[in-house]
Amino acid sequence: MLRPDGFGESFVAEKPGAPSKPPKSKLTEAVELVTESQIWGSVMRHGYPADGRTRSLAILSNVFLHLHPAKMRKSGLRMRYTWCMGGLSFFLFLSLTVTGLLLMFYYRPTAEYAFSDIVYLREDIPLGIMRELHRWGAHAMVITVWLHMMRVFLTGSYKPPREFNWGVGVILLVLTLLLSFTGYLLPWDQLAIWAITVGTNMARATPLVGYEGPLAQMLKIGDIQLVHAGADARYFLTVGRLIGEQTLLRFYVLHCVGIPLAATVLMAIHFWRVRKDGGISGPM
Amino acid sequence: MPHFVAEFANYLKLFANFLTTPWLFVTLAIVLFFASLKYYRVWTRPRPAGAIALACVLLFLVSVTDHNFRKIVTQPDNVPIMAMLYIVGFFYWLSLRQAAINDERIEAGKGPREQDETNDRVHVWPDLVYIEFIAAILATVVLTVWSILLKAPLEQPASLTRTPNPSKAPWYFLGLQEMLVYFDPWLAGVVLPTLIIVGLVAIPYIDRNPKGAGYYTLKERPFAIGGFLFGFLVLWVLLVFNGTILRGPNWNFFGPFEEWDVHKLVPLTNVNLSEVVFIQWLGTGLPKEWYIREMPGILLVIGYLVVLPPILARTLFKSMYPRMGFLRYHVMIMLLLIEFSMLIKMYLRWTVNLKYVIAIPEYFFNI
Ligand code: HEM
Repeated sequence: MLRPDGFGESFVAEKPGAPSKPPKSKLTEAVELVTESQIWGSVMRHGYPADGRTRSLAILSNVFLHLHPAKMRKSGLRMRYTWCMGGLSFFLFLSLTVTGLLLMFYYRPTAEYAFSDIVYLREDIPLGIMRELHRWGAHAMVITVWLHMMRVFLTGSYKPPREFNWGVGVILLVLTLLLSFTGYLLPWDQLAIWAITVGTNMARATPLVGYEGPLAQMLKIGDIQLVHAGADARYFLTVGRLIGEQTLLRFYVLHCVGIPLAATVLMAIHFWRVRKDGGISGPM
Repeated sequence: MPHFVAEFANYLKLFANFLTTPWLFVTLAIVLFFASLKYYRVWTRPRPAGAIALACVLLFLVSVTDHNFRKIVTQPDNVPIMAMLYIVGFFYWLSLRQAAINDERIEAGKGPREQDETNDRVHVWPDLVYIEFIAAILATVVLTVWSILLKAPLEQPASLTRTPNPSKAPWYFLGLQEMLVYFDPWLAGVVLPTLIIVGLVAIPYIDRNPKGAGYYTLKERPFAIGGFLFGFLVLWVLLVFNGTILRGPNWNFFGPFEEWDVHKLVPLTNVNLSEVVFIQWLGTGLPKEWYIREMPGILLVIGYLVVLPPILARTLFKSMYPRMGFLRYHVMIMLLLIEFSMLIKMYLRWTVNLKYVIAIPEYFFNI
């Protein structure tokens, strides 16, 4: 069935005047019945991507795929050129979102339950590898993002007009590390709490706003110290002088909602800019 | 195992432990790094590269027979780090190999390999979409197998009263934790990370070399690539390795085949620059006022950060300075000098046990 706007080209388009074809098999007939129905035509806005036009339409008429351009440089297609690292980073991010969501069904971010929920995930769920998929996926993503940055640097792909997108990338790198860092605390075991202690202790030493940081003592009104152990950068991070339940909650919210949202927005910008900056780089 | 073989293996392990003494290890790594850049056209050829890869794999296989080494690398969180070392090595080879091929082609007037295909436009569907699809499937398979084979770690429940020894930051921050040995937290934990981020963002605005955009090359931008990879491979990846494999109880250094002994005694004889100047050299004892006491260090730091850049602009970077202009040059040189200061501080610690160049504990201001 041809739609008036011409989008509904059928699966095997019969052109008028074409030489007569051998009779169709039952299978072809069945396929045609489906692909020429109104329902199919309303979902798929084009025929099978077999020629230039329909292939372009396949990309352009799909909300996910249309972050791609319709056409690209052949050199940018090469594995040896991109190492596929940006794509892998994105794929890992998606899979982390899915596995993370599943983990959220089992995990309660409180000092009382966090650890035992993880133990439950680990010991009592048959064939459970969600936690493994999530943890190793996170490790892998850190590595793929580093390698992606290395390849972008080595191919000089940050040079004009891609300077801005490199900057977006650096922020994505930071967000990736922060995602990993906030997630590290959630199992609420010794490994978690002490790694985060080592990490957040740094904030004590922030110049001006950390109570053991340079110049912080100078911030005072009369005799009243503005920056002290109960009000400084680390206190803000960990919501207390020590890692505790409040820290867990704060990290949990940042890990599951705050940072992923920010990363999603930045990735949309990142991919959009890859396109707008002329696709994957290549020599002039 | 025959007696002499075991004995020989023992000597090898002692030798390996010796090679990983901090100063020697970092020095070797730096020499190796620059040699690998200089001779990139030789070692990246398939045969030498294959031989190196084989040697690396063998080295690992032999190493895991050692009890102490095995104990570290089989910790679940450390498995990906070991894998990363080999993966980074592979991609280092892959990029330099392509750079070597391209540079030879450019010399022959042919342009890089990417040039041949850059004007070929292909349809994203199916060419790219299929690759993405297959890559996604492969990644899923790898991740699933990995997850089945290796269980995620879980230690004792969190307790703030029992401090593990050593306490390590998450592995990707171990390079920064390593810097804590040489710098105070405000530098290693706050200023350095900030500068790394700012420095990375600044790269495209500093590097105005129009060549080498969109293809692999080394010859056309040796300075940019050398500077970046030095930071990434030596100051980041290598220090992550150090922090993971070589740092044990009390954050002491241990060889890869050395038992982690909690009671290992390391003499702490670090001195500040002020003590060296006023006590050892002048013999006057430390002045009371901090600004007199720390004057030598302050002068040194000012000399390094303020006086050195214009001098370098007239000497080492003579040809670069006019091209870059005042602002670009100074941003670049500041970032480079600070990157370099990490090494300087490390070597000063290893050679003369220097603790602080400037030590003003009154204001938590130590450099
Ligand atoms: C969550 C992290 C990231 C994701 C998911 C991501 C994803 C991608 C993807 C899919 C591409 C297309 C080409 C390719 O795969 O190589 C790309 C290109 C690019 N990325 Fe990223 N990226 C991330 C982080 C970064 C970082 C850390 C940087 C640099 C500091 C960066 C800079 C760039 C630049 C400049 C391009 C354009 C390259 C070209 O045109 O050849 N990205 N990114």
